[in-house]
Amino acid sequence: MKNTKHALKVLSGAALALVLVAPAFAPAATDDSIYVPLFTYRTGPFAGSGTPIADGMHDYLTMLNERDGGIGGVKLSIDECETGYDTKKGLECYDSVKPKGPVIVNPWSTGITLSLIPKASVDKIPILSMAYGLSASAKGDIFPWIFNPPATYWDGLSEILKYVGDGSIDKLKGKTIGYLYFDAGFGKEPIPMFQDLAKDFGFALKLYPVAPASMQDQSAQWLDVRRDKPDFVVMYGWGAMNATAVKEAIKAGYPMDKFVSIWWPGEADLLSAGEGAKGFKTLNWHGVGADYPALQDIKKRVVDAGKSLAAKDEFGNLLYDRGVYNSVLIAEAIANAQKLTGKKVVAGEDVRRGLEAIDLDAARFKALGLEGFAAPFKVTCADHNSHSATFIQQWDGAKWVKITDPIAPESDKVQPLIDQAAKAYAEKNAGWPARTEACDSKS
Amino acid sequence: MFYREVGQFKTSYAADMAVFPIRQDRIGFGLILVVAFVAIPLAGNQFLLDSVMIPFLIFSLAAIGLNILTGYTGLLSLGSAAFMGVGAYACYKLSTFFPQVNILVWILASGLVSSAVGVFFGLPSLRIKGFYLAVATLAAQFFLQWCFARVSWLYNDNTSGAIEVGTQTLFGVPVTGPNAMASTRYLVVLTVVVAMAWIASNIVRGRIGRIWMAVRDMDIAAELMGIRLLRAKLLAFAVSSFYVGVAGAMMVFLWLGAAEPEAFNINLSFLLLFMVIIGGLGSILGAFLGAALIHVLPIVLRALPALIGLNLGSAAVEQLTFMVTGALILFFLVVEPNGLARLWRIGKQKLRVWPFPY
Repeated sequence: MKNTKHALKVLSGAALALVLVAPAFAPAATDDSIYVPLFTYRTGPFAGSGTPIADGMHDYLTMLNERDGGIGGVKLSIDECETGYDTKKGLECYDSVKPKGPVIVNPWSTGITLSLIPKASVDKIPILSMAYGLSASAKGDIFPWIFNPPATYWDGLSEILKYVGDGSIDKLKGKTIGYLYFDAGFGKEPIPMFQDLAKDFGFALKLYPVAPASMQDQSAQWLDVRRDKPDFVVMYGWGAMNATAVKEAIKAGYPMDKFVSIWWPGEADLLSAGEGAKGFKTLNWHGVGADYPALQDIKKRVVDAGKSLAAKDEFGNLLYDRGVYNSVLIAEAIANAQKLTGKKVVAGEDVRRGLEAIDLDAARFKALGLEGFAAPFKVTCADHNSHSATFIQQWDGAKWVKITDPIAPESDKVQPLIDQAAKAYAEKNAGWPARTEACDSKS
Repeated sequence: MFYREVGQFKTSYAADMAVFPIRQDRIGFGLILVVAFVAIPLAGNQFLLDSVMIPFLIFSLAAIGLNILTGYTGLLSLGSAAFMGVGAYACYKLSTFFPQVNILVWILASGLVSSAVGVFFGLPSLRIKGFYLAVATLAAQFFLQWCFARVSWLYNDNTSGAIEVGTQTLFGVPVTGPNAMASTRYLVVLTVVVAMAWIASNIVRGRIGRIWMAVRDMDIAAELMGIRLLRAKLLAFAVSSFYVGVAGAMMVFLWLGAAEPEAFNINLSFLLLFMVIIGGLGSILGAFLGAALIHVLPIVLRALPALIGLNLGSAAVEQLTFMVTGALILFFLVVEPNGLARLWRIGKQKLRVWPFPY
């Protein structure tokens, strides 16, 4: 007993000392590096989706450090923080990286993004929530610090509906569409628009919510699908939910080519479902594979050099490449910030300006070693999203095959919703600051 | 030596029954309060305040609430996270209806809403006990969480389905929202928690606490002695839910700043139950110790590898933290099944007679 007590005292003493001094010892941003924290999740039920993205983001930035000595001659100090897709842990990560002067934050979770949105303008740290987060944050005049390129969930929904309606939503009249969604902010956001569209275009909408706690058990939802026999099922899922949905769809005998998802399912989700997953479709906006000079550089300098955590079969897959795309945006924003300010070591405010100046045209993609990797797009001060067209790709049992040209979103339906949602957000959060940040671009 | 009580005489009943009858304890407690109220806000950085202390205090308060129900009255509850949610959503609704009212008023008022909901879901406790009651409270957990996700009135029809906290001021200083300083929020949380912990420690020592403990130890005997079970049990549910609800409101308004229904999932209920069990059932101190072990220890463990210069990668650190925390929980429960509070009590008893144990 006495020993235990002693141990306890020593332990608690050590613990207290640690808490007090820990931040002092952590690797801080030095004067000659740019601190880029990456919020990742390699543990928990979302690790299946989170790991390849984490590796992609990490490896591209590491490659820049190895190949070019960072950006504009300044090394990037890359620091991963494990969030487990948990909002509380995400906030803990945010607080732990904040003293080190991060120039940008990628929450990789809609829940964390929602908590961080009000903080961004106060802490002067821009948030890049690439194709997730709050759709309304596309409005740069109301959310100057939040960026969600290249498309919002509302854009994605209109693109899917246009695809299943053979080019226009009009043709869906009289059809039944099922919506299988992750029952949290992310999956719920499209519902108001979905319902409006159903009313306007005369199709029936069936909702199949999947609670986050039971995303690996969707038998009830698929029983309903069997009963309702929707003509198409649209899915907004994440993590283990995607893999489970595909497996359940196979079990329920639902035709795979009528099952269309937003851009989040990865190869691993489909492979685990086996042969039956053939025909499954998702939206996407960038290339898959490693046939790009930049990806080859990553392979040579990072993966083969043992500096990556990526497994062999993970390198170059869909979500890995999406992580790379995310890091391309980070790097581009930092490079723009250096150009705009003339400083080498930039801060959060500068990178915010850099993000607003993102103009990735085909020539720029080629210069980055990513020719044809993704469609050109441009961020402006007013539009932090660009509402890009995305294409449909189909799973052929082993890999993704692009089956359509990029489909443009139904802007006249999406834009009013975004304007309205952004306005409502600012009104409900009384005292929402008006934009004071100047705009750099000439347009 | 540390606990020489020579010369401390109790001359009145009140002195004998004080919360801290020993002078050294009073000095120690005073020191802790000084550190908590003065040293930490002055010296602590934002990480310490925002990610360590504020959540620790909020979890402690929720654990006190659950302890009143489970530790003192013996009613097992798995719905505490949902009652935290009731507090949070009530506070959100109240503060959006009447934004000009002091936010502290709404935080306390939302405790009353939670209290009412708690009493309602406490009704089955009159008929069922033990694990069966746990299942009944589990229904509260699922039903209420379903409401948070489905009833759009509760989150003011936000497209994100989440509740967001705007800026509210107290005496002209912002206490919620992004502009509130961490130290301000910390002091508000600390004040509420200290006051409520003080009230709780007095409730459980008095008549009501004894009624609860009588019910816990044997409800039939308690009934025969003239204790009205209906009132005693529902009172326990009411007081417990009040504490938990206030903790939930503070969690969203003074810590997270926004919350989805997922923030109040069953895992949080389990976490609170573990805090109470590991800290010590039927002990206010235990609630604090349990919250420290469950919330603060993993943060310390996560910082440890970087501190000693090990670069393990964030995922490996996370896995290690899980394993070590689990092992430590096992260790403490094996060493003292009655929780950390009992461990402290034994230690104190030994210190009092040291160096002459008999």
